Amino acid sequence: MKFGIVTFPGSNCDYDAYHAVTEVLGEEAVYLWHKDHDLQGSDVIILPGGFSYGDYLRVGAIARFSPIMQEVTAHAKSGAPVVGFCNGFQIMCEAGLLPGALLRNAHLQFVSAQVRLRVENADAMFTNLYEGGELLRIPIAHGDGRFVATTDVLDELEGEGRVIFKYADANGNISADANPNGSERNIAGIINEGGNVLGMMPHPERACSPLLGSTDGIRLFESILSRVAA
Amino acid sequence: MKSTFRIAVHITPRKGLLDPQGNAVKGALHTLGFKPVREVHVGRYIIIETEAYDALAAEETVTEMCRKLLANPVTEDFEIESAVPA
Repeated sequence: MKFGIVTFPGSNCDYDAYHAVTEVLGEEAVYLWHKDHDLQGSDVIILPGGFSYGDYLRVGAIARFSPIMQEVTAHAKSGAPVVGFCNGFQIMCEAGLLPGALLRNAHLQFVSAQVRLRVENADAMFTNLYEGGELLRIPIAHGDGRFVATTDVLDELEGEGRVIFKYADANGNISADANPNGSERNIAGIINEGGNVLGMMPHPERACSPLLGSTDGIRLFESILSRVAA
Repeated sequence: MKSTFRIAVHITPRKGLLDPQGNAVKGALHTLGFKPVREVHVGRYIIIETEAYDALAAEETVTEMCRKLLANPVTEDFEIESAVPA
């Protein structure tokens, strides 16, 4: 399977994603330049973390207008997998691929830490190799990760099983203490209506090696492989 | 005949949403002794110069810019000032 990793000016996790896909998964990956209009036959698109366009105006607001986003949006609309980690999630919300928005962390601090995520829906294209309720160790590194949306949208996301990861404590409780950024309802990752677009603030691509403290991110990528290949 | 107009845009966090930046500034103002301060909201101020046939057309264009890019419809409100010749 071929993964296309978009490089925007200011992306800085594109190599992390490339490493996870090629070295850990053993799959093919290509970098896609933001100015191009060509996904180079990629099956899965990754919008990586970073600070695209210097976070000018709002996080993700300018990257959304990059030429390649037209092809990425068409790919998503066709039902093919598109995932965004961190800045990629922010870009997806700005582009309307996912609902809601990501605002400055409630405590105003940039957080770089290993956090726990609870798998809220283990049937999704991105989670089918996890157990429901399983706790994962995945790092975060962001200053603008507070997920917000209207109450109606939050209820809809939860009701349809589209919140797939929440920040949890060591006992699996969804508590305010375990919420690293003030996100509504501890939401860490959501999927679109079609279930083929994932946005999450944590970095599973940085949790694919014992050397980095966790291998819990690997099964997210393997879940995509198992679902798409099936 | 088009001429150039200048329009100022104010973008503010939507009322009711947590505004940590505003709260941080409010705390600092209280520390400085400005105790009567009740609310502070931090937003953006954008100045745009654009060509248009008249002030109304310029304002309509900038309103569209706000909807499409300058403000996030989920989290922000915007107001534009009257267009003036640049």
